[in-house]
Amino acid sequence: MISFSKVWKRYPGGLEALRNVTFTIAAGEMVFITGHSGAGKSTVLKLTAAIERPSGGSIIVNGQNVGALRPGAVPYLRRNFGLIFQDHKLLFDRNAFENVMLPLQVNGFERREAARRVRAALDKVGLLAKEKAFPITLSGGEQQRLAIARAIVHRPAILLADEPTGNLDAGYAADIGELFRSFNQVGVTVVIATHDEALAARLQPRVVALKAGVIVT
Amino acid sequence: MITWLWSHVNALLTTLARLVRTPVATLLNVGVLGIALALPAGLYVGLANIQGYARSLAANPQLSVFLALDAGDADVAGTETRLRGHPGVASVRYVPRDEALTQIKSRTGLADVVDSLKENPLPDAFVVQPRDATPQVLEQLRDELRGWPGVAHVQLDAVWARRLEAGLKLARLAVWLLATLFAFALVAVTFNTIRLQILTRREEIEVAKLIGATDPFIRRPLLYFGAVQGLAGGLTAWAIVAISLYWLNGGLADLSQLYGTRLELQQLSARDGLSLLLFSAVLGWFGAWLSVNQHLARLDLR
Repeated sequence: MISFSKVWKRYPGGLEALRNVTFTIAAGEMVFITGHSGAGKSTVLKLTAAIERPSGGSIIVNGQNVGALRPGAVPYLRRNFGLIFQDHKLLFDRNAFENVMLPLQVNGFERREAARRVRAALDKVGLLAKEKAFPITLSGGEQQRLAIARAIVHRPAILLADEPTGNLDAGYAADIGELFRSFNQVGVTVVIATHDEALAARLQPRVVALKAGVIVT
Repeated sequence: MITWLWSHVNALLTTLARLVRTPVATLLNVGVLGIALALPAGLYVGLANIQGYARSLAANPQLSVFLALDAGDADVAGTETRLRGHPGVASVRYVPRDEALTQIKSRTGLADVVDSLKENPLPDAFVVQPRDATPQVLEQLRDELRGWPGVAHVQLDAVWARRLEAGLKLARLAVWLLATLFAFALVAVTFNTIRLQILTRREEIEVAKLIGATDPFIRRPLLYFGAVQGLAGGLTAWAIVAISLYWLNGGLADLSQLYGTRLELQQLSARDGLSLLLFSAVLGWFGAWLSVNQHLARLDLR
């Protein structure tokens, strides 16, 4: 489903974020990309979602070569993913319901069907009662769950999460971990970039460990 | 197809919601656009009015030949025969001095004044329709008739109207020049509003792109915004012109009553008005398009 082969990523200025990285993630797998900050975890996710382009090698997602995709095709590739960002990227001028609605608007869903799905997604992450709440009024854990609801509302086949438990306390982090496990159990491929060892111990995923841009396991 | 239509309806609704959500900014922007468009549109209407008046005069040039006050029946008959025999004259109508006085009494509402006169101050006159309506021929004819015995004065009504029309042509050019300048202003104003929109909605645009929004999806509401704002500006301009003309007509009615005639300024015709709306909407769209192309490309994802 996702395969990196001999991928290099060099940033302007000479920083090499990834060096000759090769791995494959099969459909339905749960994989953790681990390593210290700066090891290249986020870069892997950004390359997968075509937010950045590789300097060398090839990245295949669903049979498409991501690095060679023309700009017009990139949005359609991204619709395969549910993206969860380290900084949530919630929109603070919209309430919870409208935030989760955004991917469905982008995908051109009919309104009523969209509203139904938004409520289902909010229910899944336990925020149905707060659909009118604005993100600023939500706690850190709730904001993260809202971001997850937005990532899964269009039922993507692949979930990409960058440090989803980054600044949450242990209790919240465990909740989030269970959410990911439940998505994985219904067949969603889950890829999480994290250095949260407790989360790894709980979910027992396959681990791709990076150190200074090189795979070490 | 349905999805496509929906996405357009959605974009339009989003746009309207954005306009309503910031009423003060919207009103000010639309006001600026309205005033900018109202100036050339108002001048255009004014010119069209003067032009219509001038044209009706110029299309039908006439010479009025006034005889001397002391002219007798023989002079009248003699002049009439000479006029009818003249090769440059198409037709002649005799207006006796008494008839002229009655006409003034009935048409101008100056009955009281006329009644108070001891004797008729008006001369006998001929209204001459020339064969050739070019200004040079008309002026030549006027000069010739002026030299005839018994003729006191010859007036050419059409020449000043023609000169007026030539002047109007120049004025119309000025209107177009003004319209071009204000069109540029409209594009500039829209360009800036959309730039601000993109800057304030930067996060939203970024997130939308990250979750798979196509460029048209992101552009659409912005382009609609420009077009709707332009359209609203056009409507405002139309309203400004219509209300001003309404007021002016109120004043003109008083004035024209004093002169015993009926003067009325025509409103902007429906066709011209719709053209104005189309023009302003297209310009707004164009300004937005320029701005979107300029600023969206620079918006890199982080």
